[in-house]
Amino acid sequence: MNKKNKNNFTNDQLLKFYEKMFLIRKFEEKAAQLYGAGKIGGFCHLYIGQEAVVIGILSSINSEDTVITAYRDHGHILARGVDPKLVMSELTGRKDGISKGKGGSMHMFSKANRFYGGHGIVGAQVPLGVGIGFAHKYRNEKKISRVYLGDGAMSNGQVFEAFNLASLWELPVLFIIENNKYGMGTSIGRSAAGGELYERATVFGIKGEKVDGMNFFNVSESAIRAREYIEKNSKPYIIEMDTYRFRGHSMSDPGLYRTKDEVNKMKEIDPVLMMKETLLNDYKIQEDTIKDIESDIKKQIKDVEKFSLESPLPDLKELYTEVYL
Amino acid sequence: MKILLPALSPTMETGNLVKWLVKEGDSVVSGDILAEIETDKATMELESPDDGKIERILVNEGTENISVNTEIALLKVDGEEIEEIPEKPIEKSPQVSTNESEPLSSEVNISMNSLLNQTKENLGEKNWSEKEISMREALNQAIEEEMKLDKDVFLLGEEVAEYDGAYKITQGLLDKFGSKRVLDTPISEHGFTGLAIGAAMAGLKPICEFMTFNFSMQAIDQIVNSAAKSLYMSGGEINVPIVFRGPNGAAARVGAQHSQCFISWFSHIPGLIVIAPSNARDAKGLLKSSIRNPNPVVFLEHELLYKEKTNVPEENDFLIPIGKGNLIKEGKDVTIIGFSMSVQRILNALPSIEKLGISPDIIDLRSIKPLDEELIYKSVKKTNRVVIVEDGFGITSFGSHLSYLIQSNCFDFLDSEIIKVSGKDVPMPYAENLEKLALPNTDEIVSAVKKVSYIN
Repeated sequence: MNKKNKNNFTNDQLLKFYEKMFLIRKFEEKAAQLYGAGKIGGFCHLYIGQEAVVIGILSSINSEDTVITAYRDHGHILARGVDPKLVMSELTGRKDGISKGKGGSMHMFSKANRFYGGHGIVGAQVPLGVGIGFAHKYRNEKKISRVYLGDGAMSNGQVFEAFNLASLWELPVLFIIENNKYGMGTSIGRSAAGGELYERATVFGIKGEKVDGMNFFNVSESAIRAREYIEKNSKPYIIEMDTYRFRGHSMSDPGLYRTKDEVNKMKEIDPVLMMKETLLNDYKIQEDTIKDIESDIKKQIKDVEKFSLESPLPDLKELYTEVYL
Repeated sequence: MKILLPALSPTMETGNLVKWLVKEGDSVVSGDILAEIETDKATMELESPDDGKIERILVNEGTENISVNTEIALLKVDGEEIEEIPEKPIEKSPQVSTNESEPLSSEVNISMNSLLNQTKENLGEKNWSEKEISMREALNQAIEEEMKLDKDVFLLGEEVAEYDGAYKITQGLLDKFGSKRVLDTPISEHGFTGLAIGAAMAGLKPICEFMTFNFSMQAIDQIVNSAAKSLYMSGGEINVPIVFRGPNGAAARVGAQHSQCFISWFSHIPGLIVIAPSNARDAKGLLKSSIRNPNPVVFLEHELLYKEKTNVPEENDFLIPIGKGNLIKEGKDVTIIGFSMSVQRILNALPSIEKLGISPDIIDLRSIKPLDEELIYKSVKKTNRVVIVEDGFGITSFGSHLSYLIQSNCFDFLDSEIIKVSGKDVPMPYAENLEKLALPNTDEIVSAVKKVSYIN
């Protein structure tokens, strides 16, 4: 067994994780294309470059566990197993969208897949996720609430209130900081004083660590360690993922705040390519096997695109539905 | 030196002398505990203001409803001459009210109760087994009953558990339900409100208390963006069954940052239900309905109404439907509309209005959103004149919207302009006379009624 694979995943399992990462990558590239063609409107925040985070965490997750995140949520909802057709149709604002076209890119949810959104206000999803963890504990469920937040949210007051409550009430919550180095266009050095971001949670008694978020194996190992800690101690845990987004903050971002050289340098550690190379070199998986997976995904994405453009616009009567239950 | 019954809270008007801890002839020093006084919120200790000898006890222990500033004992301070020593303790305290603000007099209180008794038939209510209790007790009962019925209901907020509630609404609930279901939070509104909403998204039914709604501003993003909008933006997937409750509006002399009505703010938001009861009966029935409702409900109480009593049904299944107003007094000449505290203000003005020979329809909206438009329009079409009374600031207020709705739906029936009596457009002043001026008062309500009736 390869030393990088401390979690004893089988080759088939690893290929499944790779397939998910590749799906997210291709889905997001298609979303960018459809945005450019005017088929997707408003804000559209792509996950390209951060795939190892969400799939590494997925490798540690029980299917009953819950997940909540902010607005860069396409990868997260796909990782939870929601049909990409429904996700893309939400981006195109159609009737078959996961939120019936009423939520958009930032607001997607699936109770069946334990995915609680999809939230557009930076930091707001953190107390919400702690509340979901509260519900797990209240009902004696053996579930963990996974709460994703960006480096930008780590300077938002309610996040610290949420850390305090999670630790004070010993809630089963895993906080995952996706530190992609920029809160919109402001680099972390220009927004956050002091040391490492995760250390801001440790003052509340929350244990944590920083991990290379570009590497699936490192993320996975840390996520499993976190899960075991939470299950054993009934306390929250925090992981800071060192990651990077290859695209802009949203589709309308000209990217003037960072150099092309910086982006290109980070692309040398592209998480999807790195995982593929590891599978080929260290696990001796046949190139054809991977190619077959990739071509299936590409084909699937074509179907997703077609579906999301053929799905009708929401019925006009939908304007007034679901304001109240 | 006269020892007077002190005001021990901003809203205290009377107190009960629970127990004397000294007797006549005892020597005391400044700071000694003389007696236990029960206020509307808690039992407090009365300290000696100086060194001396207890010359006379003027109010027996066990006396209730003693007005603030009543003489309760005489302290002979060294070197001080006492001119006249009263002979006997006063059995029942003289009801000397030193509070110059408009009282929620027992007269008004009784009439609220009798008005409610009369409207029960109109509302088609069955014969409940009833008891006269305060709004404070009614809210407490509502929470207790619903917590007993549904294990998913839990309560959180500042001082709701071990302190028994800052305003005693949650008194005794910690003992009954334990710390898993009655949780003291840190002073952290943004965080605990978000937590409560998240728990609701995951299927629990939180009651999230704000010590006062002034502090809900810290959490308004969570209420508006997370609680109100999730059902819609998830295409019906995620509902948020939560009640945000606590005192709203101006209490008494607590200044600008603690005296504001937020009815206009919350009723502006699609996805929120907004309730503002004026009496104990409605408070119980509506809070129970709110807790059972699958949507986020903003339940706005009023501190000055907490002690007011009406008959309240004791049965578990007593519910008041959300979205139904109450025509609490039927007349013919003018429709006066209020909610929460402003209903009491209207009732205070009622004798003066009736003296003018005017018989008003008085509507207590109870539910702000959804609004009982049918009830309002039916009354306006009968009386052809409207006065709206609201405590909140008048600019872009709920009352402004209400007057828009009425002119839009009853245009041909109106014989006069609609007049709105609102809170003045100033931060709430502290000084007693200015605070009184900042809120709607009897004169303004009577003037408005005269104006819409073309009486000079």
